[in-house]
Amino acid sequence: MGIKEVEPVQINVKEQFEARVSESVRDVFQVEELSLWYGTNQALNSISFSVKEKQVTAIIGPSGCGKSTFLKTLNRMVELNTNVQTRGSIIYQDVDVFDPKVNLVELRSAIGMVFQKPNPFAKSIFDNVAFGPKIHGVRNKKKLKEVVELCLKRVGLWDEVKDRLNDSALSLSGGQQQRLCIARCLAVEPEVILMDEPTSALDPISSAKVENLIEELKELYSIVVVTHNMQQAARISDHTAFFLHGELVEYDRTDRIFSNPQDQRTKDYVTGRFG
Amino acid sequence: MTNAALTKKKRYTQSLWVTVCSLFTAITVGTLLFLFYWIVVGGAEVISWSFITQMPEQNMTAGGIWPALVGTVYVSLLTIAISVPLGIGAAIYLNEYAKQGRLVRLIRLSIRNLSGVPSIVYGLFGLGLFAATFGFGRSLIAAALTLAIMVLPWVITGAEEALKAVPRSFREGGLALGATRWQMIRQLVLPSAIPGMATGSILGLARAAGETAPIILTGAAYYLPIIPHDIKEQFMALPYHLYILATQHSETATVRPIAYGTALVLILLVILLNSVAIFIRNYYRRKNEWL
Repeated sequence: MGIKEVEPVQINVKEQFEARVSESVRDVFQVEELSLWYGTNQALNSISFSVKEKQVTAIIGPSGCGKSTFLKTLNRMVELNTNVQTRGSIIYQDVDVFDPKVNLVELRSAIGMVFQKPNPFAKSIFDNVAFGPKIHGVRNKKKLKEVVELCLKRVGLWDEVKDRLNDSALSLSGGQQQRLCIARCLAVEPEVILMDEPTSALDPISSAKVENLIEELKELYSIVVVTHNMQQAARISDHTAFFLHGELVEYDRTDRIFSNPQDQRTKDYVTGRFG
Repeated sequence: MTNAALTKKKRYTQSLWVTVCSLFTAITVGTLLFLFYWIVVGGAEVISWSFITQMPEQNMTAGGIWPALVGTVYVSLLTIAISVPLGIGAAIYLNEYAKQGRLVRLIRLSIRNLSGVPSIVYGLFGLGLFAATFGFGRSLIAAALTLAIMVLPWVITGAEEALKAVPRSFREGGLALGATRWQMIRQLVLPSAIPGMATGSILGLARAAGETAPIILTGAAYYLPIIPHDIKEQFMALPYHLYILATQHSETATVRPIAYGTALVLILLVILLNSVAIFIRNYYRRKNEWL
């Protein structure tokens, strides 16, 4: 009897979810037939899917499946490695990011990135956050202060650091450093935030803070997050892409990937049979 | 062999090598201390404020070493002023901009090899290029340019090592925020690399101040009791002055105390220059302590 009462509620939640998904159908990235090689080593093989605007898209898969490579291709950071070759296209704002006319400075200002290991600069907390606005031409001290305060508040770090903004960013704990890096990224006012296993170097409490933050940030930003942690993907993402050996095995709404995957390999992975 | 015997043998070998290494260290440090002691004892009797600040007199048998001291300081500073910007620029290009490949490897190898070229060769090169072809004549600027080229491999190598030590995550973080390559280098990489760059420059400075062969050919004067007022004038220098007093003077016995005094001043000058550079390096290192 209890079960029968609960069921309609579940359906209701699902409908709401679907309604929310269909509300924002605009694609922020359209990835088409994307392949990538490091030298002769193929890392990505004909990936095609679309990343939805203002949602969290998780990319999961075992080590070496190409998920970090894929993430770094979205803002072309992957080209810092030598001998990278790509085929296919990634349409962002109606332009292929591989178009030679694309200005990498503009592209990377619009598509922010948070790294696996917190990487604050060897500067003060204030200067870390102010770095982005400064290099993009903001000189006004008052404006910089406002931006720094806003961004630190948004990542929930303001109260912890407001009295020591001039201290070294490296004096912060790992979790604080990662939130600082997210604040630093927000200060450039990106449209998209790419996160490469943002919590894998953090303790559980710091991880939870970053996860909550991601949930809040998706109101304003489209987020693509690579993660090793399937529970995390299930908790925070709206869509999930499962990568294996450089191929996209399955891409769907997160609830479907975890409850009703279409591909046997996805099923094996999300149920913990390998990886 | 039993275990105990093996242990005993190991312990014996261990203590043997510790003794040998300590002995070698003692010989090295002892030689240095002996040398320094000898120069201090010999130089102490002539060295005084007036010895440092007076012109040489009576065919260098009396008076001081002021022009030689000033000449050495001038030529060293000029050398650093020329070689540091060039060297750091080259290191930034090689490490940050150049496409890493066979050509860059070849350039690096050439730079390393240049540091092994004898200084007399640099002297002749400077004489031919700067003094003759460029028309600077034998002058401060010709000598400084020659010394600058000579210390360049040290400066470049030191600066490159310093750049390599800057974590990759700084570069990635900067570029991912939409920084241009130059903004990234200028604001994130260089501040962390300065202490290491200073070390390379220290080595260069020390070598430039004590070098004799190149400056004999390109601008140092045998006896010139005036302070140079222009970079195209000749100059006296401490190492050359010492060489003359010790071996070329007609009354070497009479001027021996002055030679000791000159050697002492030269050593103190090099120590002073190095200390300043080390102070700068430590200052920046403290500033970057959070690295």
